[in-house]
Amino acid sequence: MNATASEMLLVNEPPPPPPPAEPVAADPVPAGIETVGRITVDQPRMTSRNVSVMYGDKMGIEDVNLDIGKNEVLAMIGPSGCGKSTFLRCLNRMNDTVDVCRVTGTIRLDGEDVHDPRLDVVQLRARVGMVFQKPNPFPKSIYDNVAYGPRIHGLAEGRRETDAIVQRSLEKAGLWNEVRDRLEQPGTGLSGGQQQRLCIARAIAVSPEVILMDEPCSALDPIATARIEELIDELRENYTIVIVTHSMQQAARVSQRTAYFHLGRLIEVGETSQIFTNPRHDLTEDYITGRFG
Amino acid sequence: MTGAALVLVLLALAAVAFHLGRKRAFAVSAPLGGAKHLHSLPGYYGSLAALWCAVPAVIVLVLWLSLESRIVENLVVSGLPEEVRALPPERLDLVVNDIRNLVEGNIVSGEVDPEMRAAAGRYRELQRTSAAASAVVVLIVAVAGLGVAWRRVAPALRARNQVERIVRFFLIACSTVAIFTTIGIVLSVLFEAIRFFGHVPLTDFLLGLDWSPQMAIREDQIGSSGAFGAVPLFAGTLLISFIAMTVAAPVGLFAAVYLAEYATPAFRSVAKPALEILAGVPTVVYGFFAALVVAPLIRDTGTVLGLDVASESALAAGLVMGVMIIPFVSSLSDDVINAVPQSLRDGSYGLGATRSETIRRVVLPAALPGIVGGLLLAISRAIGETMIVVMAAGLAANLTANPLQAVTTVTVQIVTLLVGDQEFDSPKTLAAFALGLVLFTITLCLNVAALHVVRKYREQYE
Repeated sequence: MNATASEMLLVNEPPPPPPPAEPVAADPVPAGIETVGRITVDQPRMTSRNVSVMYGDKMGIEDVNLDIGKNEVLAMIGPSGCGKSTFLRCLNRMNDTVDVCRVTGTIRLDGEDVHDPRLDVVQLRARVGMVFQKPNPFPKSIYDNVAYGPRIHGLAEGRRETDAIVQRSLEKAGLWNEVRDRLEQPGTGLSGGQQQRLCIARAIAVSPEVILMDEPCSALDPIATARIEELIDELRENYTIVIVTHSMQQAARVSQRTAYFHLGRLIEVGETSQIFTNPRHDLTEDYITGRFG
Repeated sequence: MTGAALVLVLLALAAVAFHLGRKRAFAVSAPLGGAKHLHSLPGYYGSLAALWCAVPAVIVLVLWLSLESRIVENLVVSGLPEEVRALPPERLDLVVNDIRNLVEGNIVSGEVDPEMRAAAGRYRELQRTSAAASAVVVLIVAVAGLGVAWRRVAPALRARNQVERIVRFFLIACSTVAIFTTIGIVLSVLFEAIRFFGHVPLTDFLLGLDWSPQMAIREDQIGSSGAFGAVPLFAGTLLISFIAMTVAAPVGLFAAVYLAEYATPAFRSVAKPALEILAGVPTVVYGFFAALVVAPLIRDTGTVLGLDVASESALAAGLVMGVMIIPFVSSLSDDVINAVPQSLRDGSYGLGATRSETIRRVVLPAALPGIVGGLLLAISRAIGETMIVVMAAGLAANLTANPLQAVTTVTVQIVTLLVGDQEFDSPKTLAAFALGLVLFTITLCLNVAALHVVRKYREQYE
């Protein structure tokens, strides 16, 4: 059912033809290109249609159509400046904090339009959590870092419930055993990998449906990276995860679907195994074989 | 030759030395195949020659000028008749003063006897000789320096390193000027304060509740108790500083939060300089604003409300002082709020926090140490502020916590103790130095604490 509905939506495409003059110079992508591969999924958690982002008069991303399924890890890859982080930040409207940024198109979370004025952006961000490139724990204790979200959203009444949420979140983030005896120490005193897991715990604590990760391992060493990747795999049971990464090995290891972006467009999307073994678009193939990037 | 002309000649000589040194460098390098075989660029050889020429000469000149008058005086005194030389030192000083006045053509105390006139003539003669001799010696030293430098120029001479070393010494000297000045101030205040504590015990000064510094000059003089209990002054200073901070801390902080977090760039670019104009208003202008506008306004309002308000009240001075230090607080707080990394804000927004929650729970706690540092600096500024309180706070040393009363502050009392003709051996005048010492100690401690806090904060994010 769902699938057919989505398919029909697809059939209604293409939307108004893209402007003939492509603002991004030296563009090897032919104008009006369509995404290769199946952009829909059977059980979508989030859907985006014709999403474009303008930074002032500069095009950030153009006409991105992509579904994100329940309990899947979607990896977004592509060269720097290709718009994958921009698209990620559209999903929880983090681009709102950038003054010159303008987003058009429809993004739905469980069928609700995230740009609906009746939907509070604060509620949206509680449902779509985010983990950033550089670990950014608040200069507070480990406990207060995790309890921050539940407190501002009133998710816990009293110390006992807060304690329970903090413990559960830290356990899910695989950090509990390392910090259980020093919850009152500052979160900034942890190692880089621990800090990033603390940030994941902080995001989990508000019980989001989707977790967005913007290159979560780029500031970490290989061991800490491996730990986070394991964690992502475990989290898939309960959450939908979208991860932006520059490491193709990482994308191959953690994700079920992979989307390849190039110069603000979604070039190809598909099963991770298919993208990495049998890419259908030349640009994708060039990128994953390391011919450019 | 006058000093100014001598300095000009020295500068010209240094310029010549630069030119000669440079030319010499080219000359010695020519047989080797050009300037690229020199250790340093030719300009460095020129600079080195100029420094060799000017620096020793200037040192000699400075020494000469600083010792000249003493030597000349000694020579003149030794030429005076026996009975004059046998006078006690103070009287002898007076005589020397008279001679100097004669030389400069000023009015002389008492009659001018021929001996004095002769001495003055001798003084003038010696001065002239000294000036001529100094010019000759300085120029000889300069030329000698130039000669040495010229001879030393060789391809292997590390002129660049030597010039840079000399420049570094110059930089060190400049950077220590402020330090030595501070030490000098501390010592001068300290010695006078110790003299004061010889008259008035330290405990009386620090713990006494009565301040009335008028000393009886005659035995039977009335109303001159000469009490030096400084507690009312400290209390007045604290009261006014407290009032000032209750104005400046919240207003400055909220202004900083608005400017840093909410204001559009356009508004910010106008409002921030405008706020900083407040810091540029001379304090004396604030002072008469406080005395002529704010104080009467408060008094009239008080009268309407049935309160007894002094025409010079702590409230008026404190309020205006508070306005004066708003820019300190807001500017420093603005800087530390901007220094909080954007990633922390993003982290908070990403969890669904609103902007105000982010400011209250993440940004301000992260910026708190820096804000505290800024507040401490503002307090030390308020404590040391003089002009506003002189004009608006009054002179009455009341020990009161009522902001509607007139109070006086440490700075006001220092001013009143030292203004006008004063004898510098009475406790009344020396008390100013004791007060200055206390003030200096307090603001020093506050500044050290503030700098420490600010530095600790910086370490956190770099």
